Amino acid sequence: MSAPNLELENTAKAYDGLRVLHDVSFAVSPGEVVALVGHNGAGKTTIMKLLLGLIRPTSGSVQVLGHDPAGSNAAQARLGMGFLPETVSFPANMTGREIMNFYARLKRQVRGDNDRLLETVGLADASDRRVKTYSKGMRQRLGLAQALIGSPRVLLLDEPTTGLDPTLRRSFYDTIMSLKDEGVTVLLASHALSEMESRVDRIAIMSKGRLMADGSMTDLRKKAQLPARIRLTTDDGAAGRAAEHLQGADIRHVNGRTVEFDCASENKMELVRRVTDIGVTIEDMEIELPNLDRIYELYQDNGEASS
Amino acid sequence: MNALMAIAGQEIRDGYRNKWIIAMTLLLAGFALTLTLLGSAPTGTVGTNSLLVTVVSLSSLTIFLIPLIALMLSYDAVIGEVERGTLLLLLSYPLARWHAIGGKFLGHLSVLAFATVVGYGSAGAVLVFQGVDADNANWFSFAAVIGSSVLLGAAFLAIGYLISTIVKERATAAGIAVAVWLLFVLIYDMALLGLLVADGGNGIGETVFNALLLANPTDAYRLFNLAGFEGMATFTGTIGLSANAEFSPLSLLGVQFGWIIVPLGLATWLFQRKEI
Repeated sequence: MSAPNLELENTAKAYDGLRVLHDVSFAVSPGEVVALVGHNGAGKTTIMKLLLGLIRPTSGSVQVLGHDPAGSNAAQARLGMGFLPETVSFPANMTGREIMNFYARLKRQVRGDNDRLLETVGLADASDRRVKTYSKGMRQRLGLAQALIGSPRVLLLDEPTTGLDPTLRRSFYDTIMSLKDEGVTVLLASHALSEMESRVDRIAIMSKGRLMADGSMTDLRKKAQLPARIRLTTDDGAAGRAAEHLQGADIRHVNGRTVEFDCASENKMELVRRVTDIGVTIEDMEIELPNLDRIYELYQDNGEASS
Repeated sequence: MNALMAIAGQEIRDGYRNKWIIAMTLLLAGFALTLTLLGSAPTGTVGTNSLLVTVVSLSSLTIFLIPLIALMLSYDAVIGEVERGTLLLLLSYPLARWHAIGGKFLGHLSVLAFATVVGYGSAGAVLVFQGVDADNANWFSFAAVIGSSVLLGAAFLAIGYLISTIVKERATAAGIAVAVWLLFVLIYDMALLGLLVADGGNGIGETVFNALLLANPTDAYRLFNLAGFEGMATFTGTIGLSANAEFSPLSLLGVQFGWIIVPLGLATWLFQRKEI
């Protein structure tokens, strides 16, 4: 296991005595893509700012690429980082290319690479137009292009897919996956839960400044113990009989041919076997595992309850 | 250093693109030419003194206009970028925070200096065209007006950054900038005069009065241009409250630099501690 590219250790942050982050510890390794999810004000942006060294933790420590991002070697750490802020805006009268040149200069990079980056985000044709003529999605892509300047080893992306259409979203995640293969650490803060759950390695759920859960989708499912939802289609009229034998399951809906129920994930095979044992023919079976939306809601509710 | 220059360059380019530079240059040139052409009426078109009249006119123009322009350029510099979210992105780059303020200062100063030199220079060109002697000694005063006008602009740029760094909202910065302009350009001298009149000239010693004059960058500018040179005092009459104030041009220049360095230093210091 290599050393993590970014790490928070018991990090807390308060503004004028108001705590916005409580004792958060988590680390992301090279080549890992982690989603940071949570309601507005849950502390996602605060974590990004801490990692960028724009604010200092009230207690605990922050490390990025082996440096304290708010310390004296901050510039060293930031050379290896790319950042896309939640609301990205650029001087309206500059062209896309000029903006890229400006940021490349700040990152001590050659301009030549900018053409490739503008190509990657699909702005090659618009690069000599002024930014004020860009659509929201184009600005967002320009924001993404500047984050990729200088092949960063750590990418912090705050709501990266807002304003992107489905095709662009897919190509965005393709870009992220190829960066991951190169060993780049990616931290994504987003509300777009469904599009992330199959694409990220780990998910960190924040609520009210606390880290509520941190793990892979499978880990989270296991930990959350949310039931799986199963829909059985039986031969005519047998659904009612099947439902009677599904003790322990939470029957949600029965009509002539279908029965829909919730059950703990590990019991699902046992229940299905019981139905077939009483001679009901199962024509079709759909299993819906708890998705990130449901897990997320569970933790948000817990967050409410514990505060 | 590279970051400093990149940010300065970006500000200059932005000033050029959004027509700020051209608008300011035309404004200053327009006023300077008007004052020069009107100013030459009483003394006749060809006179040694037309240059001196222009110098006096331009320095009065500077006191009103340059602080206003400088504050308009600078009050937004920090808080505006905070509100638009661009500062967050800028500071995520490998640069020191003083690069951000320093770069903006260099960029804005270049824009202001260009407008002043070209704008006022056009008045000079008209005077040459009208036949003012090219080796007239008063050209030195003319150059000094331009140079010190840029310095005054720099001082108000620095004050503007300080305002922009302190406030939490852009609208507040605009309000304070207007108040600062009113205070230093209009109210201060009136208040000072009022104080002298009310006082009957007894209570306030000369030292206190002189200190009060230097506590306003526009007064330091006025003293430098209107009283610093022989022959100028005769023209300026009552404007030269300073006739009995004894400052060497060099010390006045020092005060002008102080009015740049102190607010700029303070703004940088506060900016370095600011949580974005």
